[in-house]
Amino acid sequence: MSDGVHPFPHRHLTGIYGLQPHEILFLLDEAEQWVTLNRATAKHDERLFGLTQINAFFENSTRTLLSFEIAGKRLGMDVVNMAVAQSSVKKGETLIDTAVTLNAMRPDVIVIRHESSGASQLIAEKVDCPVLNAGDGRHEHPTQALLDALTIRRRRGRIENQVVAICGDVLHSRVARSNILCLTALNAEVRVVGPPTLLPRDIERMGVKVFTNLEDGIRDADVVMALRLQTERMHGGFIPSPREYHALYGLTPERIDRLAPGALVMHPGPMNRGVEITSALADDAVRSAITEQVEMGVAVRMACLDVLTRRRRKVEGWA
Amino acid sequence: MSRALALRNARLVDPVAGTVREGCLLARDGVIEVLGDLDHITLRSSDAVADVRRAVVAPGLVDLGAFAIDLPGFTAGGITRAALMPDQAPALDDAALIQRAAAAGKPDVWIHPIAAATARLEGRELAEIGLMKAAGACAVATGRARIADAGVMHRLLSYAAALDMLVITHAEDEGLTGAAVATEGETATRLGLAAAPAAAEAMAVARDLMLAEDTGARLHFRQVTTARAFELIRAAKARGVRVTCGITPAHLMLSDIAMTGFRTFARLSPPLRCEDDRRAAIEAVRDGTVDVICSGHDPRGPEAKRLPFADAAPGMAGAETLLALSLNLVRDEVIDLPRLFALVSTNPARLLGLPGGRLEVGAAADLVIVDADAPWKIDADRMAGAAGNTPFDGLPVQGKVLRTIKGGQPLG
Repeated sequence: MSDGVHPFPHRHLTGIYGLQPHEILFLLDEAEQWVTLNRATAKHDERLFGLTQINAFFENSTRTLLSFEIAGKRLGMDVVNMAVAQSSVKKGETLIDTAVTLNAMRPDVIVIRHESSGASQLIAEKVDCPVLNAGDGRHEHPTQALLDALTIRRRRGRIENQVVAICGDVLHSRVARSNILCLTALNAEVRVVGPPTLLPRDIERMGVKVFTNLEDGIRDADVVMALRLQTERMHGGFIPSPREYHALYGLTPERIDRLAPGALVMHPGPMNRGVEITSALADDAVRSAITEQVEMGVAVRMACLDVLTRRRRKVEGWA
Repeated sequence: MSRALALRNARLVDPVAGTVREGCLLARDGVIEVLGDLDHITLRSSDAVADVRRAVVAPGLVDLGAFAIDLPGFTAGGITRAALMPDQAPALDDAALIQRAAAAGKPDVWIHPIAAATARLEGRELAEIGLMKAAGACAVATGRARIADAGVMHRLLSYAAALDMLVITHAEDEGLTGAAVATEGETATRLGLAAAPAAAEAMAVARDLMLAEDTGARLHFRQVTTARAFELIRAAKARGVRVTCGITPAHLMLSDIAMTGFRTFARLSPPLRCEDDRRAAIEAVRDGTVDVICSGHDPRGPEAKRLPFADAAPGMAGAETLLALSLNLVRDEVIDLPRLFALVSTNPARLLGLPGGRLEVGAAADLVIVDADAPWKIDADRMAGAAGNTPFDGLPVQGKVLRTIKGGQPLG
């Protein structure tokens, strides 16, 4: 997977797992220039001109797909989206056959989202170009963790020693796993908070503290991150009802004021307003960083696309 | 008189007597005629005589529960009889299907089909197990899953008890396992795999022990893999329940960490367990709670394994590696050599009511010749059998099957 002595010696980005802290920080530092560019009137850089990016999304996504598409286009790439509804996956083609087919079209980077844990790694083993994981099952969603880390660093000044409470459906969340790996690598103190039915066993071995009571979990936190609760899990399956979930685990301005005043509030989106977070908190311009997360998403993805294609672009020092 | 086979300079393993002794073996007309000393025997020029150079000569392996008829794999693994699971296409739920399966391996390897307990293995209506027994079924099995409905399982056990048929079941509570592909724990959590608590096994074992006790049936758990399930079986045996259990080398040698990197060859059913459960399994072999070590042979091609972990089919190709991996138990002094052959040959033969598993005059000359120390490396790309889906790819092992002999005839 890795070679050379570059600041980022990996061919692919399939997860935060396996990245060194300095490599994570390198990507965050690289992203800063793109934050600046994206805030300018002319948001274009031609350094990836002529390269082809395929976004292979086997699972529905609007926000992440759009974010990757904009990131690629702002760097001058030809971006092609493969939506699953139009693909032969529906006709029984295996994931590896799809990967080989995509590979034959000679893309320069493949961005993949898939409902199965491990899918992006499987594809990475079969193709010649860099693979960027945009979410695989419950496993990892590395660019989300990077954009969250960038948001925290910009808003709180640092990541080290920040107390970050990740609240909600940790069991089914790739965002939670990548964030745990990323934030613990950068020496934040990470807590996971949720009903026991939505916490995976032995999660504390990933270096986090586990709380089943929300108020204990967010007390004195510097960052409170809500996770999305999937609709199909709301009614009797893992929790009794959305109403009960909101009562026990919902993030409200009152709770934040009382237990973690000054905490930064985050959510990977899309939100269930009134379930895991109230509108009043989500839309709070001071405390909520939710729209900033989306903004950082484009910058972080530009950084990843740039860095992962440096070798094939024969950038000096990377060839 | 037919041509005889004489093996000289052998280490003869008798699992029934529990002995290893040096000597010779003479087989004629498919049975063992002489054991020990050949000095008084006149061999004819047409007889085959081989000096096996102190190799182990033991009863051929009897594999309790293979999922495919894979003659090259069986022969390479020293398996002379394989009990075939009813999970075939179609399921072995009819006497004609049993008859056809029983003929599939002869003369090299004898296939002993196991009858499906319920029609299409759906766990609802009892299959014609009496007719299947008459057609040659050696036991009855619930298949890859257990029978969810306790009422159906109760009726199956009472009915099979009257026919004196062994009932082979799978121990996982389907409510707890659901769509899980792994055991709950750090590895499954890190990989983001749907996981079930290990207690799913003990719960299933507890229910079926109650039912076996109530009906007096002979019950065999094909694979038991957790400490708490072993405790239940140990206690049940002590109070006289007619229960036995088996395991595969995978659960004796690997823990759930083997799934790291989404290695689909380590996707098994039941899933690999935590290290504490693995150690408990070793202890259960040591103290005799485990009766059988089987291959669980389930060859799967790339179309079933080159997939994301959760989408891949469970199962491993185990026939060729069964003996070499099990020999680790002897080297680690968990059990001795005769006991090992009891676990892989004598016990399964006895449970299924099959000839074989014995090294004595008059017994069938179904034998395996093994160099117990020969080192080799398991290579998934160079397996003799139908597929190379082994979680032990690349593992150096010791113990090579030199020859498999069926009815006095060397195979392969």
